Amino acid sequence: MWRRLRTHPQRNEIFLSFIIAALSVYLGLATREFFSLENLLDVLLSYSFLGIMSAGMLVVLISGGIDISFTAIATVAQYTMSLIIINYGGNLLLAFLIAGAVGIFLGSVNGFLIHYLKVPAIIITIATLNVFYGLLIAVTKGRWIYAFPTWFYRVPSLFSFTTADGTEYAVTLPIVLLVAVFVSTAFLLRRTAVGRMLYALGGNQEAAVRMGYNILRLRLFVYCFMGLLAGVASVVQAEIVQTVAPNSIVGRELEVLAAVVLGGASITGGTGTLPGTVLGVSLVAMMHNGLTLMGVSSYWHQVFVGAVIVISVSVTAWSQRAGRGRHRVEIEV
Amino acid sequence: MDECILEMRHISKNFGGVQALKDVQFSLKRGEIHCLVGENGSGKSTLIKIISGVISPEPGAHIAIQGHHVAHLTPGESIARGIQVIYQDLSLFPNLTVAENIGGTRHLREGLLVNWRKVRSVATEAMTKIGVRLDPDRLVRDLSIADRQIVAICRALAFDAKLVIMDEPTASLTRTEVNALLEVVQDLQRKEITTLFVSHRLDEVIEIAQRVTILRDGEKVGVFPVDELDNQKLALLMTGKKISYARIAGPSDTGDVLLEVKGLSKESNYRDISFTLHRGEVLGIIGLLGSGRTELALSLFGMNPPDWGQVLLEGKPLSLRSNRDAIVSGIAYVPEDRIGQGLVMPQPVTDNVVVTVMKRLCGRLGLLDLQKRRDTATEWVQGLGIKIPSYEAPVQTLSGGNQQRVVLAKWMATEPRVLILDSPTVGIDVAAKSGIYDLIRKLASSGIGIILISDEVPEVLHNSHRVLIMRKGRIVETLDASQTTEKELSRKIHVA
Repeated sequence: MWRRLRTHPQRNEIFLSFIIAALSVYLGLATREFFSLENLLDVLLSYSFLGIMSAGMLVVLISGGIDISFTAIATVAQYTMSLIIINYGGNLLLAFLIAGAVGIFLGSVNGFLIHYLKVPAIIITIATLNVFYGLLIAVTKGRWIYAFPTWFYRVPSLFSFTTADGTEYAVTLPIVLLVAVFVSTAFLLRRTAVGRMLYALGGNQEAAVRMGYNILRLRLFVYCFMGLLAGVASVVQAEIVQTVAPNSIVGRELEVLAAVVLGGASITGGTGTLPGTVLGVSLVAMMHNGLTLMGVSSYWHQVFVGAVIVISVSVTAWSQRAGRGRHRVEIEV
Repeated sequence: MDECILEMRHISKNFGGVQALKDVQFSLKRGEIHCLVGENGSGKSTLIKIISGVISPEPGAHIAIQGHHVAHLTPGESIARGIQVIYQDLSLFPNLTVAENIGGTRHLREGLLVNWRKVRSVATEAMTKIGVRLDPDRLVRDLSIADRQIVAICRALAFDAKLVIMDEPTASLTRTEVNALLEVVQDLQRKEITTLFVSHRLDEVIEIAQRVTILRDGEKVGVFPVDELDNQKLALLMTGKKISYARIAGPSDTGDVLLEVKGLSKESNYRDISFTLHRGEVLGIIGLLGSGRTELALSLFGMNPPDWGQVLLEGKPLSLRSNRDAIVSGIAYVPEDRIGQGLVMPQPVTDNVVVTVMKRLCGRLGLLDLQKRRDTATEWVQGLGIKIPSYEAPVQTLSGGNQQRVVLAKWMATEPRVLILDSPTVGIDVAAKSGIYDLIRKLASSGIGIILISDEVPEVLHNSHRVLIMRKGRIVETLDASQTTEKELSRKIHVA
């Protein structure tokens, strides 16, 4: 069984599912609230923002790149969107369009710089993180924004219902968007030519060039996609917290990166699946949630999450190595 | 059969003042198997790049593919006209499945969505064409090098290739795998598909080729039918110099026993290995890839601890739990993959040479003594006759032969008593090879015991005093090199 699991293409997903199942059982027994519908919807809502960006991060990693600047992109997109809808009015669709456009534009800056400067993406995006974020702070002096139009305060829900004890539950727009982003990213990666070319590019860039793939176009697509999702996520986050604080998003980039890597994406490119990323994000979300429910101080959350990532990633790496078997000679007896 | 699939005339190419090709004429007949040979730097790669449209020749060139004159050849044009190049690195996508590598990578021409059923059917069709069967759902990274090569050939077929160019296809294959490859190529020939092998040596592919084109210093030496050539003649034509394959001088097992290996075994690696190595002796170990030769070498160097058995150095038992033990005891190992394991490419020659002896170069306070560092490097660079532009030049700017010498120098700096060389001449040209051989002899005569591991029969036979044949993890025979011919040795290795 273990041997078969080791060579199974989805071994990482299977392994994560086991951990999640075990953790669920434990948290279900340890706390009363964990398995409640209210808690599930709460967790989904509060992780919709990071979840949407993790889909973008997955696509970037698969192509062999990395993006650290997306939190700055989200912040700039959010701020721009807020200023426009506050001063000129509009509606929610317009809010998403503005933030998405800003995201795509800043993403394309990353794409062009990485392609033409031929400097590792991690360096470029650390630099652009500072440039984007620094410019925003310099121009806005770090002012918070509270005064949203009233329509912005009403978070649309797809459907809602009231339980016997009178509590109202709602599946709100952020949750719907999260699911939509996951489904369309999965489709992009699995079923479209662009998606498969991204896997190819991440697996062997030199070979992709020889195949005649347009590397610039693929790179632009990847970083613009990341930018777009950062923009979308930023509106979702503004909806949830109802304020815009320029320093509330930047600093969370490693949390997203860790969840995606935990979900089986390789930092060296070419591997990773959307179901894996969903599991990775879920695991991180569940741990935070479980620790909160058990009343553990939030300072300890990071320690636990970090430890689980180290263990999980090294178990996967170890089982892959064992599965491949470096030196084996068939000995004549 | 005599119809030309490719006709090239007046092909010249300058790279910033260096003339890579001088008025070369080259042609291929439909369905033939042709070899293009030349040393490194002879212009082979440039010619291939022109055929594949990656670079364009100087004005005045004439290129015709299947009788049609092509004014300006681009990579896309070249592929569309049925030319497929299989590079030495194979250019596969290791993270994707066999099916996707063969049938999926051309989908950029085939619309927005991927039709997985079609990808599979294209892959199966290509594999059936040459009678191979690989699991289409396996990841390419889990395949052997030989199977990866099959995948690369199938991909070329899926692109509807009329001419398949293979760059050094046999460099990392065992004889059995080479035979399988040759069968596939002969099968292509029956389907009127032309194959061009590119090589820097006269290797196995010559057995099934019809003609050989030889390049030297950017000029065509000539086209020869295969049966007019042998190793000696080819070497002469390629280098313009007579290369002697003199054998190493006389039996040298008269020296004291330096290293003694007794009943060394390791699960899934090798079993019951016993031999002795004398001072000043070159002991050849030959065997196919997967015979356990490299695993044994790594064990002697402490990087692959054995399960049972004993290793004695000058009569004293050695503990070989790590390579640090081995280095301290005076054992040095030059790996086959010199770029991956042997050198720090962007670093200067000096630092690459002294990296093994850093500790010894440190003065008081544990700081590096720069004068000593320079002296040590100078000693070995001069001692081994390494040609370098300067001591601070990055190693990657040196030629393959000189890089290999830098690896040797770095291990010689540890003043080893036993030197293990794993395939020391892989990927370097004929002239550089003979330089390495001279060095091996010189080092042996200075009293070092050398273990020479290789799968090239002439290399082992001409440079060793004794030869051990390894097969399936065991030593099956020990031969006196001076009493054995190349044919005999070759037969003994490949016996099934």
